[in-house]
Amino acid sequence: MKLSTLLFQFFQNGLVLLLAPLLLGWVNQCRAWLQNRSGAGLLQPYRMLFKLFHKDAVLADNASVLFRSTPYILFSCMWLAASLVPMVATDLPLSAAVDVIALVGILALARVFIALAAMDIGTAFGSLGARREMLVSFLAEPALLMVFFTAASISASTSLVTIVETIAHRGFFIYPSLAFAGIAFLMVLLAENARIPVDNPSTHLELTMIHEAMILEYSARHLALIEWASSLKLLVYMSIGFALFLPFGITEAGNWAALPLSLAALFAKLAVAGFGLALLETLSAKQRVFRVPEYLGTAFLLAVLAILIHYLLGA
Amino acid sequence: MAVIEHLPIAQQLLNLFAALLLLIAFAMLSQRRILSLINLFALQGFILTLSIADSAWLTHQNHLYYSAALTLLIKVIILPWLLHRLIRQLNIEWDVETLINIPTTMLIGIVLVVFAFNLALPISELSGTILRHTLGIATASVLLSFMMMITRRKAVPQVIGFLAMENGLFFAATSATYGMPMVVELGIALDVLVGMFIFGIFFFQIRETFDSLEIRHMEKLKED
Amino acid sequence: MEILILLGMPLFGGALLALTGHRRFAPELNSAMSLATLIASAVLTARVVRDGPITVLNDQFFIDPFNVFLVTLTAFVGFTTAMFSRPYMHNEAAHGKLSTARLRLYHSMYQMFTFTMLLALTTNNMGILWVAMEAATLTTVLLVSLYRTPESLEAAWKYFILCGVGIAQALFGTILLYFAAEKVLGEGGNALLWTHLNEIKGTLEPTVLSLSFIFMLVGYGTKAGLVPLHNWLPDAHAEGPTPISAVLSGLLLNVALYAVVRAKVLVDGALHTPFAGQLMMGFGLLSVVMAAFFLSRQKDIKRMFAYSSIEHMGLITFAFGMGGPVATFAALLHMTMHSLTKSAIFFVVGHAAQKSGTQVMDSIRGLIKTNPTIGWGLALGTLAILGMPPFGVFASEFLILTTAMHEHTWATPFLLVALGVAFASIFGKVQPMVFGETTGKRLPHPPAMIPVFVHLALVLMLGLYIPPYLVTWYHQAAAMLG
Repeated sequence: MKLSTLLFQFFQNGLVLLLAPLLLGWVNQCRAWLQNRSGAGLLQPYRMLFKLFHKDAVLADNASVLFRSTPYILFSCMWLAASLVPMVATDLPLSAAVDVIALVGILALARVFIALAAMDIGTAFGSLGARREMLVSFLAEPALLMVFFTAASISASTSLVTIVETIAHRGFFIYPSLAFAGIAFLMVLLAENARIPVDNPSTHLELTMIHEAMILEYSARHLALIEWASSLKLLVYMSIGFALFLPFGITEAGNWAALPLSLAALFAKLAVAGFGLALLETLSAKQRVFRVPEYLGTAFLLAVLAILIHYLLGA
Repeated sequence: MAVIEHLPIAQQLLNLFAALLLLIAFAMLSQRRILSLINLFALQGFILTLSIADSAWLTHQNHLYYSAALTLLIKVIILPWLLHRLIRQLNIEWDVETLINIPTTMLIGIVLVVFAFNLALPISELSGTILRHTLGIATASVLLSFMMMITRRKAVPQVIGFLAMENGLFFAATSATYGMPMVVELGIALDVLVGMFIFGIFFFQIRETFDSLEIRHMEKLKED
Repeated sequence: MEILILLGMPLFGGALLALTGHRRFAPELNSAMSLATLIASAVLTARVVRDGPITVLNDQFFIDPFNVFLVTLTAFVGFTTAMFSRPYMHNEAAHGKLSTARLRLYHSMYQMFTFTMLLALTTNNMGILWVAMEAATLTTVLLVSLYRTPESLEAAWKYFILCGVGIAQALFGTILLYFAAEKVLGEGGNALLWTHLNEIKGTLEPTVLSLSFIFMLVGYGTKAGLVPLHNWLPDAHAEGPTPISAVLSGLLLNVALYAVVRAKVLVDGALHTPFAGQLMMGFGLLSVVMAAFFLSRQKDIKRMFAYSSIEHMGLITFAFGMGGPVATFAALLHMTMHSLTKSAIFFVVGHAAQKSGTQVMDSIRGLIKTNPTIGWGLALGTLAILGMPPFGVFASEFLILTTAMHEHTWATPFLLVALGVAFASIFGKVQPMVFGETTGKRLPHPPAMIPVFVHLALVLMLGLYIPPYLVTWYHQAAAMLG
């Protein structure tokens, strides 16, 4: 392992930490613009994190070790995932350790802990959120795996690095299976990141919450870590999307000369994707919770269709 | 499993069109509104036209251009127009139909797709057209439209399923053998048009007698 | 030349009656057009029997002994049904059941239906055969729902949808056939011509052809009423006006089976295994058995006889499936007998139902007292269709059963039981209808019983003695079919 690749890894680790709240701020700002509001500014999430870290944590009497440690576990999982996905460079040292299936496993680990922590205190809203979260992920995870399998079938490997390199170097080629997988992935992204049409991230009505309901009991630094982890999750999902479907501009590790170009490419993609997300959220309405299985079932169906089409047409 | 080759763009487009046709077949299966059903049917016809024209361009078979024009005329323009007019006259334009258990229907649909792909495999191997890989998709859309006919409770969606099945058969003919002889295609087109007219007359008769277009009124003649 | 007249007559008649179908002379005009068609078919038959198979118009039409006898049969039964339809429709109009617009529709569609059937029989192109079969369904759909009752609408809807789906399967089968043929014969319309296919059938791809035959059997078999695809048949035959029931039962089922047999000849040549025959035997046997059992539970007279049609069609399919000269001869003979007898029965039943105002068998009684001709007609027709000697049906059934006993002994008990059950049920139900107490009324117009007795007389005569030219004719046809 060369020193420059190691440095690249550290660079990516730091980059994602700083970039995630900015991405969230950008999405919220776009939403505000689309809704004809002036919005809170791009740096609002930073301010919120700063504020939260300086507060005193308030915990319930019966909070267990699980409850207290979950924010740290969640944050670590998300940070790990964000360090793995090839954003500006492929061939990072950590990427060799993990393939897409393990990546899904890491995300699942985080989800399990947050769901358990939600039920830990014993409030009604906590278990409500946990149950709904499990309902969503029960269908979203197979769909996500199917999407990964499609990409893996095309590149004959489950390593995210190989997938990126294969698809990037193929040149412009219309893959119908990837097109279907892309739509399925988008639907899963919306569901897993608690976005409209599955869940409204800015709602204050507890009965309609899924993600927010699970973190009602958290405050101060715990809440800060969880919020940071959520924005990291959004960054992770978006980068996975770029890696699978738009892997252009990603360079190899150790190539410092190409770094500015790949950084610029990343920022451009994130900007467009963030705006697209805000647009989607503005144009759709939140679905009722019992419709969510249908929505995710459609995502799963599209992902399976993608694989079938790949096997039939070879594309 | 087919091998990925570096194909010309026109051929990549063919794959894309075929995939879109399959998607539309599934979309029709889960669609609740009659208006969207008719538009999806028109879209299906349009993509069919594009794919026939594309293969005509690729293989220099000029009779396929006529075929594409015929498809455009009948399945994209005339039939949807007739259907729109019909549902306006029948006053069911904004009808919403409750469907039975969409997730199960989708899962059965996927099983049918796998079955259709397997069924079409031996024929694909023997065919010599550039579209041969898409025969499985054509068979799959036939089966899916057939399933749509079975799971519907109102008359008009059942008929649209029937027409979609005919679309799938047409695509199968094109992908296996570059279409049937012209005279046969003209005959089939004539049959479809006349059939549509008769359906139209039928709907009015049904509505007049039963005051509704639900199929369950017409399930009384059973074995006693 | 005769072909053009043969096909042009009903087409022209259809157009003419579309304009004048509601006038007083419309039924007579209908009969006249059918007579002209019959004369054209007779001329054609004479020519084919004398000269052998002919192809016309650049190979687009093909007449051989097999389809020419079906053509004559179709034209003949079409004519007698048109004769029957005259007073029947007068009665219906007098009872106020049909408006002038519907009479126009009825008469013109009747002629168009004849046209589509003749086209299906005479065309050499398998694709056009499909088009004509679908067109035959289309022309009769609106006729089945002519009375606009809820039951008739349901029957017509089922007919349309089920036959439509079935025929779509047949289209897929035809596509596969074209696919296999194209490899040998090259592209273009000639790859679907039956004569050309027949010559090269040994070189056609076996897997594709067997798939193609399965689809065509399922598709055209739906139209022929083979179980389990028969659901539309009892309803459609029972709810339409009687002349339509007669032609549907007597003629359309034959044409559908004709399509299957043409395909079978090709498949046998390509596969050299009894695959096609076995499939047909299976479906045929299933139809005979199931129809016999369904028969016994019917309460409506037309439905009962519709099931009887399914049974007989199953028997014919079974016979064609067995193959060989005797069985094929018997099948062709049975096709003729069944057409004549079944249409005669429907004629009688139609008048009986008109007299009693209902089709429910429990309400029809004592026909012999109120109208002896109808009563005797029903009694004799029933005896004929049940296979009593000396009627012709007995001869063909006997031949089929003996061949089955020789070659496929396992099937014989099923056939015998089914035929026995059918015999018992029909006889048991018809007997009180003919002999019994009654309070029926006289009809405003005298019923047309001549067609009935003509048909029955023919059947009787053919049961006793088949003229030699007919025998050669059938033998030639049987030889064609291998």
